[in-house]
Amino acid sequence: MTVASLFFYLFSVVACAAAVMVISSRNPVHSVLFLILVFFNAAGLFILAGAEFLALILVVVYVGAVAVLFLFVVMMLDVDFTELRRGMLSYLPIGGAIGLILLVELILVLGTWNFSSEAGKIAEPIAPGGVTNTEALGLILYTKYFFYFQVAGLVLLVAMIGAIVLTLRHKAGVKRQNIADQVARNPATAIEVRQVKPGQGI
Amino acid sequence: MPELFRDYLPVVIFMAVAGAIALALMASAIIIAVRKPDPEKLSAYECGFKAFDDARMKFDVRFYLVSILFIIFDLEVAFLFPWAVSLGEIGIYGFWSMMIFLVVLTIGFIYEWRKGALEWD
Amino acid sequence: MMSLLDHIQGTAALPEIFLVVAAMALLMFGVFREKSADIVNIAAIVVLGIAVAMVIWGGEGRQEAFGGSLVIDTFARFMKVLTLFGSAVAIVLSVNFMKTEKIERFEYPILVLLATAGMMIMISANDLVALYMGLELQSLALYVVAAIDRDKAKSSEAGLKYFVLGALSSGMLLYGASLIYGFTGHVAFPEIARALAAGEPGLGLIFGLVFLIAGLAFKVSAVPFHMWTPDVYEGAPTPVAAFFAAAPKIAAMALFVRAMLAPFSGVLPDWQQILVFISIASMVLGAFAAIGQTNIKRLVAYSSIGHMGYALIGLAAGSPEGVRSVVIYMTIYLIMTLGTFACILAMRRKDGQVETISDLAGLARTNGLHAFFLAVFMFSLAGIPPLAGFFAKYFIFMAAIKANLVTLAVIGVLASVVGAVYYIRIVKLMYFDEPAERFEPMVTEVKAVVVLAGLFVLLFALFPQPLNSLAEAAAASLF
Repeated sequence: MTVASLFFYLFSVVACAAAVMVISSRNPVHSVLFLILVFFNAAGLFILAGAEFLALILVVVYVGAVAVLFLFVVMMLDVDFTELRRGMLSYLPIGGAIGLILLVELILVLGTWNFSSEAGKIAEPIAPGGVTNTEALGLILYTKYFFYFQVAGLVLLVAMIGAIVLTLRHKAGVKRQNIADQVARNPATAIEVRQVKPGQGI
Repeated sequence: MPELFRDYLPVVIFMAVAGAIALALMASAIIIAVRKPDPEKLSAYECGFKAFDDARMKFDVRFYLVSILFIIFDLEVAFLFPWAVSLGEIGIYGFWSMMIFLVVLTIGFIYEWRKGALEWD
Repeated sequence: MMSLLDHIQGTAALPEIFLVVAAMALLMFGVFREKSADIVNIAAIVVLGIAVAMVIWGGEGRQEAFGGSLVIDTFARFMKVLTLFGSAVAIVLSVNFMKTEKIERFEYPILVLLATAGMMIMISANDLVALYMGLELQSLALYVVAAIDRDKAKSSEAGLKYFVLGALSSGMLLYGASLIYGFTGHVAFPEIARALAAGEPGLGLIFGLVFLIAGLAFKVSAVPFHMWTPDVYEGAPTPVAAFFAAAPKIAAMALFVRAMLAPFSGVLPDWQQILVFISIASMVLGAFAAIGQTNIKRLVAYSSIGHMGYALIGLAAGSPEGVRSVVIYMTIYLIMTLGTFACILAMRRKDGQVETISDLAGLARTNGLHAFFLAVFMFSLAGIPPLAGFFAKYFIFMAAIKANLVTLAVIGVLASVVGAVYYIRIVKLMYFDEPAERFEPMVTEVKAVVVLAGLFVLLFALFPQPLNSLAEAAAASLF
């Protein structure tokens, strides 16, 4: 067994175990922490496959940002998760049966594994000529895959609009700062001189 | 593959050491420390009262908005890395390709700014 | 070898580019101007109209854009015009509703425009990546508009359900696509077809194909991936539900047709049996589950599940006649559905919108026009001659029989007989029951949609030729 396959089994076993813990742990915050462990192991698998850039992006984006988002959502929901999970055991038989069928199917597929002759060639992780992983991506992503890249930008735009449309609301009756207005104030607009007669007030 | 492994050897050693130290600390606590738990010791302490409520409380949805907007720009930056590395070779098309992408996201950013999504009132 | 410029060259995709640029311009306009919803609505309709013109006069024959990622042929042009039309009518229907319900926001038409751009990419997609990107662009915008009435629990619930199940189906589709890529070594449809022609397809490829079909079946809401439809239609605001039932269905069906026929025509028997199962299940469930419904939007949702089943028969035939019948079916379905939803929108009393079927009781005596056209749509959805819905079903069944799928055609006819029960029950309710409280008079634009769609359905029998020959040309461009 080579070192690489040793690490492959390490990463995949930990990833699977952590994935099981994500759905079975009692505390949702622990679930999120296990999810982070899954992400780390997936990143390890990516490195073994030669996709170093993707591995590190996975750590930066998923661990750094998405997991934080999940934590917020878990905190925001304020649901009693143990209550929610009470019914889970009753779904276990049918869910397990479906899982078993899928497993049998997967084994059947594995039995007749029949890759295309070109599959090995396209799975080559690093472009020839000693280019680094990141550079190899950069060489095609912005020119050859121009169209997909731009559509990805549009998807991000829709996500931005969607998040604002669905969650942004301004509280009424809050006095907000308006720097331009505040700076533009001068004595003429800000001060009003009144003659106060004694004993009357304004 | 050995070459790849050599590249990442420092990381592997680092992870191994970190894991070993963490395990050693936890194990020493389990082995050495004196533990005599009882229900009162394990209960949450709220100034002598019984716990009123769950420790969790609802977050404002604005935290979520801030973090999702952060993720979107995080992804945008992720796209910038390979571009920066290969800009010398992909030339003018690569440059303008990224500019179009940035314009699209900048439009989103202007929208978000004007909407006041970046303010915390 | 393709040069770099070919990959960036997108003149054939000008309508899509125009749509996206216009959406962004409107976004900027909307956010910099107070109370801009009305203007943005009208501008969005104009933009969709211009895009229709650009699609129609954008050139002839088969064109490719972005290095073959998108293909623009007669089939794509026809389906794009339908989609753009559906989106435009959905915006027209929404204007007054959003205003009276006080959920008017300028983002709605912009999200519809962006979703429509996604649909156009789906219709033209010529490789697995473009397929997925188009689908995601469309779906993401649709999740948001489903929940646009965010202060109502039902609307948020609709958006959330749609999102969770949609993400699941996207995952399946992506898994299938990656298996197909792994086993053939290509993502482009023509290349996949070539790889399949060269060698025996492995079981792994079929496995990927199954997952791909599962993902696509979710998008057209075919059984067993239909669960979201009734809840989303019921929860989403009515004009949004009208939009969901119209344009995305056309786009998803067009995508389904192209994704099956372009790369996988070599393994027709393999996917044919899946489609036969899906279409039988959809027709039967659509017919039986609708019977017990009390909410008219849920009823229409089940009816649309059934209709997708009929349309899939045409695809299962896998022949030019089959595709022609799908094109005709989707056209007629689009118009019937928009008309039906316009009638549902007009179910408004003084104290607000009503949605139960019993509210329609005796409508013939309180509002004859409304009742008449709703009856026309119901008869047409049931497939009763000489209305348009009958011809749609007729072409489908003919294509199935020609492709030796006689059992499928027979089951289809039986299901439509069962389905007729609940359509006709509504007609009976409107014409023979004691009148319920009267509805508010119809708004002009809703009335216009009802009357125009109704006239199309009524008079289609007299002029079937133009649609027929267009559909034939569209189908021919795929083979």
